[in-house]
Amino acid sequence: MNDLDLALRTHLAARHRLGRVFGTACMLSTWLGIGVLIVLLCGVLWQAVGWLNWSFLTSFDSRHPEQAGILAGLWGSLWLILFTTLFSVPAGVGAALYLEEYSSDTWLRRLIQVNLSNLAGVPSIVYGILGLTVFVRMFGLFGSQPKVVEVPLIFANLQIPLPLGRTVISAALTLSLLILPVVIVAAQEALRAVPASIRQASYALGATQWQTTRDQVLPVAMPGILTGVILAISRAIGETAPLVMIGALTYVAFTPGDISSPVDVFTNPDGIVEAPFDTFTALPIQVFNWVSRPKTEYQHVAAAGIIVLLVALLVMNAAAILMRHKFQKRIRW
Amino acid sequence: MRSMSKLAQVIGVGSLILGGCTVKDVGSGSSSSLAEISGGLSGTVTIDGSSTVFPISQAVAEEFQKQHSDVKVVVGTSGTGGGFKKFVSGETDINDASRPIKQQEIDACRDNNIEYLEMKIAIDGLSVIVNPENDWCKCLTVAQLNSIWKPDSEIINWSDVNPEWPQEKIRLYGPDTDSGTFDYFTEAICGEGGASRSDYTPSADDNVLVRGVAGDKYSLGYFGYAYYKENQDKLEIVGVAAGPDSTTCVKPTDETIEAGEYVPLSRPLFLYVNKASLNKPEVAAYLEYYLQQGQDLISEVGYVRLSESLVTETLQAFKDAFGGSETENGE
Repeated sequence: MNDLDLALRTHLAARHRLGRVFGTACMLSTWLGIGVLIVLLCGVLWQAVGWLNWSFLTSFDSRHPEQAGILAGLWGSLWLILFTTLFSVPAGVGAALYLEEYSSDTWLRRLIQVNLSNLAGVPSIVYGILGLTVFVRMFGLFGSQPKVVEVPLIFANLQIPLPLGRTVISAALTLSLLILPVVIVAAQEALRAVPASIRQASYALGATQWQTTRDQVLPVAMPGILTGVILAISRAIGETAPLVMIGALTYVAFTPGDISSPVDVFTNPDGIVEAPFDTFTALPIQVFNWVSRPKTEYQHVAAAGIIVLLVALLVMNAAAILMRHKFQKRIRW
Repeated sequence: MRSMSKLAQVIGVGSLILGGCTVKDVGSGSSSSLAEISGGLSGTVTIDGSSTVFPISQAVAEEFQKQHSDVKVVVGTSGTGGGFKKFVSGETDINDASRPIKQQEIDACRDNNIEYLEMKIAIDGLSVIVNPENDWCKCLTVAQLNSIWKPDSEIINWSDVNPEWPQEKIRLYGPDTDSGTFDYFTEAICGEGGASRSDYTPSADDNVLVRGVAGDKYSLGYFGYAYYKENQDKLEIVGVAAGPDSTTCVKPTDETIEAGEYVPLSRPLFLYVNKASLNKPEVAAYLEYYLQQGQDLISEVGYVRLSESLVTETLQAFKDAFGGSETENGE
């Protein structure tokens, strides 16, 4: 009896020890990531001190490092992310809804599912090649005779060039294709996590499938969907390769639609419809270019650019997280 | 009732959009006529191509736009080859190139009815670099460089190059195989573009090579002149002798490169101009600026300007091409 008791006790101690070791290992892996991030951020901040100032945010690139600024890249990236979100979120959530809620389990659905997972792993440069052919050149359908489609709107004339050319809209469409698989898969996971009983209860009360989806399933799945969107958009904002492929520029001394401050949106409404069809550069392209310049001062300019990129990313993520929080509060079961 | 009015709204807006839609051809002459009316230049000059030439095109664009604020000069960096792909389909006015146009690119231009003008605009001197603590290697002949860099080279230690040099392993740094610098160096030293030993530390970013050589006493590397010029305190330059005699060594400086004495590692940088674009006054003005005031900006960004005679020659070729297209226009 005593022996058994003793054996149990030593074993118990060993098991608890193992548990603590595992806990510590988990903590270390958390701190590993955070530690690397802190080192990275400190390094970049240290280099950017004194270079990140108001004139850096309000001037264009220059051959003099001390005059170089991020204005063109910042506005290019903002427009890019705006349109990428506008294209990819409705399409992605729609596709996920169809696959999860409406389609039946056929071989076609399974084929689409397998391909979605594969597409998420395709290198981004491949999407760049696709975007160049499909959006920038439109398969050369228009040959050497580019056309313009004019659509009169209330406040301005929308002019859509065909083929789309090396414009913000081509790049946004390309980036949308790039992140669609991620958005769809994340949204599907979120929809799958909604308990079937919620749907059944809704049907039992006489709601149609559309009413059930709109009023019960989507609001509950929204936080999960938004998490996927945040991750996908964060990836899109840092992409360089597909943008360079479709012909995003490196040196531009103007912003899309000549809108270079929020005030311009009101004083220059024409700019809003011009911006999607303007040529552009983006934050990661600018940073990449500065890093490879021979003048050592450009390393500081690049660091300042990285900070701007990070802040832009954080602001957008914070907005999405706030939205997610709002949706989460609504769920009361 | 409410849904009816909603429907009417949708139909109304829809018909407005569809009914108001017009498809137009894009006229190419509109910008020039506008320029004539206002007296100033406007329009867009589209440039793409080599990232080596980019700093020059950017510097010229920056200064040019100070004088002609209505002209938008945009510069991309798809690389020489990537830029030519856009150039041959007529998407760009000018292509920056760190090497001459290749035969297949010439063919592609012909297939697409694109006539081009080749303009030399600056010179780069590929620099062979060692660590400042290296006190033995001041000069290398092309033959020695070849024996170090050729494919399957048997040179491992510095003493294999010259028995008087230390018996320490040479650690080699160079651009990666995608780079135009790599192509040019292998062509000039190994006799064939792309022929190089593969056991060196390659990087697409020349700043990484600078750091590599600066931190390693027994290293040897090569990269563009601009990167040496900006990091002179951390690096030591090696003279290169074209012949077997190491007393005829030439170090790359602004003077030796401009005078054409630093051979065979001086390489010209080019602009390729779509001749049809010369009809756009903003493109012609930009190029003229490039060849005149622009030459003073070249050394600022780390390259070497053309000699006086070469500038005159290029300017003449440019004016001939321009005159040619003028008369074509008149006919």
